[in-house]
Amino acid sequence: MMLRMFKLAAAAAAIAAAPMTAHAQKEREVNIGLQAALTSIDPHYHNLSPNNGMLQHIFEPLIRRDANMKFVPALAVSWKAIDDLTWEFKLRKGVRFHDGTPFSAEDVVATYKRVPNVPNSPSSFATFTKPIVDVKVVDPLTIIFKTASPHVLLPSDLAAVYILPKPVAEKATTDDFNSGKAAIGTGPYKFAEYIPNQRVVLKANYGYWGGEEPWDKVVFKILSNPAARVAALLSGDVQMIETVPTSDIARLASDKRYALSDKVSNRVIYVHLNQRNDKTVPFVTARDGKPLDKNPFKDARVRKALSMAINRDAIADRVMEKKAVPAAQLLADSFYGTSKKLKPVKYDPEGAKKLLAEAGYPNGFTLTIHGPNNRYINDDKVAQAIAQFYSRAGIEAKVETMPSSVYFTRATKGEFGYMLLGWGTESGEQGSSLRSLLATHDPAKGMGVNNRGRYSNAVFDKQVSDALVVVDDRKREPLIQLAAETAMNDTALIPVHFEVSTWATLKGFKYNARVDQYTLAMELKPAK
Amino acid sequence: MLAFAIRRFGQSLFVLVVMSFLVFLGVYAIGNPIELLVNPQADEAERVRATAALGLDKPMLEQYATFLVRGVQGDLGRSFVFNVPAIQLILAKLPATLELALAAMVIAIALGIPLGLIAGLRPDSFVGRTIMAGSILGFSLPTFWVGLVLIMLFSVHLGWLPPNGRGQTVMLLGIPVSFLTWDGLQHLAMPALNLALFKLSLLIRLTRASTREAVLQDYVKFARAKGLGPGRVIGVHVLKNILIPIVTVIGLELGSVIAFAIITESIFAWPGTGKLLIDSINQLDRPVIVAYLLVIVAIFITINFVVDVLYSVLDPRVRLGATAGAH
Repeated sequence: MMLRMFKLAAAAAAIAAAPMTAHAQKEREVNIGLQAALTSIDPHYHNLSPNNGMLQHIFEPLIRRDANMKFVPALAVSWKAIDDLTWEFKLRKGVRFHDGTPFSAEDVVATYKRVPNVPNSPSSFATFTKPIVDVKVVDPLTIIFKTASPHVLLPSDLAAVYILPKPVAEKATTDDFNSGKAAIGTGPYKFAEYIPNQRVVLKANYGYWGGEEPWDKVVFKILSNPAARVAALLSGDVQMIETVPTSDIARLASDKRYALSDKVSNRVIYVHLNQRNDKTVPFVTARDGKPLDKNPFKDARVRKALSMAINRDAIADRVMEKKAVPAAQLLADSFYGTSKKLKPVKYDPEGAKKLLAEAGYPNGFTLTIHGPNNRYINDDKVAQAIAQFYSRAGIEAKVETMPSSVYFTRATKGEFGYMLLGWGTESGEQGSSLRSLLATHDPAKGMGVNNRGRYSNAVFDKQVSDALVVVDDRKREPLIQLAAETAMNDTALIPVHFEVSTWATLKGFKYNARVDQYTLAMELKPAK
Repeated sequence: MLAFAIRRFGQSLFVLVVMSFLVFLGVYAIGNPIELLVNPQADEAERVRATAALGLDKPMLEQYATFLVRGVQGDLGRSFVFNVPAIQLILAKLPATLELALAAMVIAIALGIPLGLIAGLRPDSFVGRTIMAGSILGFSLPTFWVGLVLIMLFSVHLGWLPPNGRGQTVMLLGIPVSFLTWDGLQHLAMPALNLALFKLSLLIRLTRASTREAVLQDYVKFARAKGLGPGRVIGVHVLKNILIPIVTVIGLELGSVIAFAIITESIFAWPGTGKLLIDSINQLDRPVIVAYLLVIVAIFITINFVVDVLYSVLDPRVRLGATAGAH
């Protein structure tokens, strides 16, 4: 019986793979099981990873990112910075929206007007449009963006804003998108159906400027439960799933009926050490339970020791079943702004002991590792593993994990001493992440917005600020690398590993794994 | 009867208000939804804007007062996450959950009471012992595990039933139902059986215990002595007398099966309210959590009311006015 199932699936794949006699009698349909649900079809309602990924099928930005997060032209064919405050974009000719209206510069203007004004948005895209003070139409295919100050992330920001036709941008409400009425973009797929928390159905856009896709119909099913997602793949109910549970990877990899693809993601798992107070730090005491006379995390030697005492290779190999890569900074080596000089800190429990003794803690101390238990891949197990390594370096570590709904509120308030966290760099360049996680906390100036540990270093602050006003990409990169080296050599935070995202498909399909963890039908092809 | 209904209604309203306040307080104490909703890459201004847009900048009591005022007008608020009215979100998912719960209860009752009767009438026979052993399994195996085993067996290995989702629906009195289509039944079978298993075991054990007690009673002996056939003795004298505790339990369990079908729903990706509730709690989507619990409490109250009315039908000695305080 099972054999028959797979023969069927293989037959379906064979049909899909057959030479494309345009729109053969059989509809080429593919079903994909997703872990995370999107919250709306409105592309400017909720700045959330599952939304931004899914809506790329229907809508397009001016600049898109490929599977490695490199910029590629989408609705714009070319762009350049004329001076530090002015950017010129040439738009693509002959593009039509799903309703047939031609795309032009006016649509871009209308879209940028809509973005900051979406009512009740729980996380607005205004972040990406705010630096832009003016959008000027030069001619129907040329547009100029003006910024108030040098804004190096402009291309990255534009990649996050999906363009709507002018009439839709001017009138449509979030409800209009969810019902499908306003879901009109230029993307390779058209909206067909959306049922919250259940499924999204898309139909091919045969008039797509980028050429035809291999699927006539794509059905995304929300299968949040990991075991249910795997079962759906095993039974052939879906042809691909995202976020394969680490415990099932070995089994699927050894079975010829399935194919896996994976890629190091832009998400780093790291530790923030609470340095808000010079004297005390929550949940950290001497071995006998008495309070310490000062905050040990203020001492760079202690931070270094805590980093040296973690066996990153073991965590990546055992806890993460090889689906993680030891981290030395906030992004993996292939990304913009990363320093080649930085290598993951070597596991050295003896060295850590020595450093702790030098810093005045010959007997170590006691700390509690706090972390979420439903946010990152195997997050609670990673916390447990770190605690065990610490005991070998003379640090007594307890572990307390909790649901993210509780955890992040408390972490932001500074209620923990040792915080396990994760960070996905959506811009794909390290400068913005260094600024958000490690610059001295000053949210009004956009510095250290997510610096939950309150690390503060004037030299580093200056290096980051100086780097992030240099618009020329080639001149900026060494400056960002320098700032990264300053922070990492001072153990401003403890990088642990980069998550590796995995996809599994039935044989006969091939998924081009993406760095940004998006699951896109455009990356799924019939295997040759 | 009317006085009973009115008094019940007043009590229910009080329960609803107290419950909504407790949930409000509880969610407020868990954490700040802004931490989960706003993209971490956003700046401080964005957080401030989102906090104000969702009304979270006001003191807790003021937020609750606003909720009460709007609630009286029939507006239970909009979901923070989806920006649609919370009640609309719940009502869209409720038919699927009700269908699953009712299907599970039908399975549990249709199998549980007869099997319990057999086990109660012949406690020492092979059949009786087998039924009891089976019910212990039903009790002790965790729902999620049984669900996964069912999927592995019927979907992955045998390929008979679809592993997840709800099948094709048709409208019945304006409500989408799936049990009237073949595709719908196929999708419904496994989750309903999975959800029914625990209730089935409970009903078997309850029926068996009550039956064993009842068959020793004088009226049963008398009925037998009178020369009545076993069918009439069991079907009328025994069954009718043991039904009161069984109806009570069925009522309570129906409520809980509707409210807490969460595990089954998430394993079978059944598009019901249980999954919605879990997601909403994880996201701290307070309007949905509050509205959901209000709906559930209302369902519980209704079921209990129906159970009370059933008592008076089953047992003429029960007067509704007198039972009002007891439940």
